[in-house]
Amino acid sequence: MSDIQTWALVFVAASFALYIFIAWRSRVRETKGFFVAEQNIPAVANGAAVAADWMSAASFISMAGLIAFLGSDGSIYLMGWTGGYVLLALLLAPYLRKWGKFTVPEFVGDRFSETVRSVSAVVAIIVSFTYVVGQMAGGGIVFSRFLQVEQAAGVAIAAAVIFAYAVFGGMKGITWTQVAQYTVLIVAYLIPAWAVAHTMTGFPVPQVSFGEILAELNRIGAEFGLPVYTEAFTARPQIDVFLVTMSLMIGTAGLPHVIIRFYTTKTVRGARYSALWALIFIGMLYTTAPAVGAFTKLNLLTGVQGAAVDALPSWVQNWMATGLVTVGDGVQTIGSVSNNPDSGADLIINNDILVLASPEIAGLPAPIVGLVAAGGLAAAMSTAAGLLLVISSSASHDLYFRYVDHNASEARRLLVSRIAMGVAVLVAIYFGINPPAFVAQVVAFAFGLAASTFFPILLLGIFWKRANAVGAVSGMLAGLVFTATYMIYTLPVFGTQANDHILGVSPEGIGTIGAVVNLVVTVTVSLLTRPPSHEVQEMVENIRYPAAERRTGVPSA
Amino acid sequence: MADTQESPAGGAPPPGGGAAPPDNGWRKEYWKENLRLMVVLLVVWFVVSFGAGILFVEQLNEVVIAGFPLGFWFAQQGSIYTFILLILIYALRMDKLDDEYGVSERNDDGSRA
Repeated sequence: MSDIQTWALVFVAASFALYIFIAWRSRVRETKGFFVAEQNIPAVANGAAVAADWMSAASFISMAGLIAFLGSDGSIYLMGWTGGYVLLALLLAPYLRKWGKFTVPEFVGDRFSETVRSVSAVVAIIVSFTYVVGQMAGGGIVFSRFLQVEQAAGVAIAAAVIFAYAVFGGMKGITWTQVAQYTVLIVAYLIPAWAVAHTMTGFPVPQVSFGEILAELNRIGAEFGLPVYTEAFTARPQIDVFLVTMSLMIGTAGLPHVIIRFYTTKTVRGARYSALWALIFIGMLYTTAPAVGAFTKLNLLTGVQGAAVDALPSWVQNWMATGLVTVGDGVQTIGSVSNNPDSGADLIINNDILVLASPEIAGLPAPIVGLVAAGGLAAAMSTAAGLLLVISSSASHDLYFRYVDHNASEARRLLVSRIAMGVAVLVAIYFGINPPAFVAQVVAFAFGLAASTFFPILLLGIFWKRANAVGAVSGMLAGLVFTATYMIYTLPVFGTQANDHILGVSPEGIGTIGAVVNLVVTVTVSLLTRPPSHEVQEMVENIRYPAAERRTGVPSA
Repeated sequence: MADTQESPAGGAPPPGGGAAPPDNGWRKEYWKENLRLMVVLLVVWFVVSFGAGILFVEQLNEVVIAGFPLGFWFAQQGSIYTFILLILIYALRMDKLDDEYGVSERNDDGSRA
C-alpha cells in the first residue's frame, strides 16, 4: 500500500467514525426532529450545514477543473452558485421560515392547493434524484483512486454511512453531520490551496496571489494553442453565459434541499443570519476555487510541456490507472492538452480530477493528498444526505400520508419516513453505480428544473397575494414542460438525437427562460381566474412579519 | 428596473380591503420599507454580477490591477464578496426595521430569541 493510500485510508476512516458518532448522539424520536431538527439549530451551525448541504461533489471535485479548462467563462459556476443566496436571503428564506412547517411542497399546498402540493412533491423527488446520482458517482471516483476500491463498492460504503445517520437521525442527524462535514471539506480544500499558492508565488492567500500568474498562464496557454485564459466568452457566447448564470442562481434559490435547511432555525432572524453564514462559508471555497483552477492548470501545462510520454510526472501515471487521464495513441511528446476526449489532443484530462490531483501535481506530501480524499467524500455525502431527506419527506409527508394512510400515528409516521429514506438510499446506490451521464451535466438538469418550477411560484406566492392555485399549477407545468423539452431536444443522454442550440442557448441556460415562462403563465392565468380566498391572503400577510404578535410601546431603536 | 420589481410585489391590495383594519397602517409602511431595501440591494446584486461580470466584462478587462483584468476579477472574485456584503446589510437593516415596528422576535424576558 502506497503512502497516499495509507493516509487516505486514515483520514477517510477517521471522518466516517466521526459521522457515525454524531449520528448516534443525535438520533430522533419525533417527526419534528426527523424533518426540521426540532427547529433549534443556531444560525452559525445552520450556515455551515447549508454550506455542506450545498457544496456537492461538483463544487469540491469538478468545479476548479471546469474553471481551469473554461477560463474566464468558468465564472458561470462561481457567480451562479453563490448569487442565488442573495435571492434566497432576501426573497424566500425568512418568509418560508415564518410560515414554518416541514417541506417545500407543504408550503405551496397551504398557499395554493393540494394539487400544487402533489405536483411539487413529484418535481422535488425528480430534481433531488437527478442531483443525488452525481453525488454518488463523485464519491465512487474518490474511492476508486485513493483506496483502490471498485467504484461500485465505494458507492455502497459511502451510502451505508449516509444510511446510518440519515435514517436514525433524520434532519437532526444530517444537520450536525453536515457541520462536521463542512469542517472536513473546507480544511481539505484550503490547506492544499494555500500550500500551492505559497509554493508558486511566495504569498499564501490564493485569492490574492493567483493574479500574479495570470499573464504567465495566458502565455503558456497560447503555446498549447488554448484560448486566452482571462478573455471572456471563449467557451460560451455572451448570451449563454448570462442565461446559465441566471439559471444557476434562481435554481439555487429554488432547490428544495437548500430551502428546507432554513426551516430548521429558531427564528426568522435566524434564517436571515443562516443565509449570511452560509454564503460566508461557501465563499471561502468559491473564492479559492478559481485560484486552484489557475494554479493547477499552470502547473499541469509546465509539467507536461514537451515531455516525453515515458517521462511524464508520476501523478499522470497514478491517474492513468483510473482512466481519467489518457495519452493519445502513438504520441511521443506532449504538445496539446484538453479535457475533451474527442479533441484528439496528446493528453486528455478529465475535469473531475484536477482538485483531487492538485496536491500531487504540486508535489505536496502524502497526508495532504489523503486529506483531500476525505474532503471530497464529505462534500459528496453531505449533499447526498440533504437530498435524500427531501426525497423521503416528499414521498412520505407530502404523498403517502395524504393519499394512502390518512390517520397514521406519530410513531407510524416516523417509521414510514425512515423506510422511505432507506428505499431512497438503495435507489441512489443503483444509479450511483450506473450513472446516466457525467457528474456536472446531471447537476445542470436539477438546476434548470428547480429554476423553472419552484422559484417563480414561491416568489409569487410570497410577494403577490393575487397569485392563485390554477395559475401556479399552469405555471409550474408550463415551466417544467418547456425546460425539459429543450433539454431533451439538445442533449443526447436520453437516447434522443442531439440538436443544435437555438440562438446559442445551451441546455444549462434554458432554466432562465423556463422560469420566465412559468412567471408569465402564473400571472396571466391567476388574473383570468378567481383570486385566492381571504384566509390564504391572510396567511400571506402573516408570513411578512417576523413576530407572532406586534409589541406596541417598544422604544424605537 | 425598480418599477418592474415593485409592481408585482407591492401591488394588488386585497380585494374589498378586508384584510387590513385601519390600525394596521404600520403593516403597509413596514412592508414598503422592506421592499425598498430589497430593491436597492437587488439592483446592486444585478449590476455587480451581470453588469460588471458579464455585460461589461470586456470593457473592464482593459484595466488590470495586481495581475487581474478587472472584469475577470469581478466575475471570479468581486461578485462573491459583494453578495456576502449584501446579505450582511440586509440582515442588519431588517433587525433595525423589526425593532422599529415592534415585530422582532423576543423571548419572554425581552431578549432576542
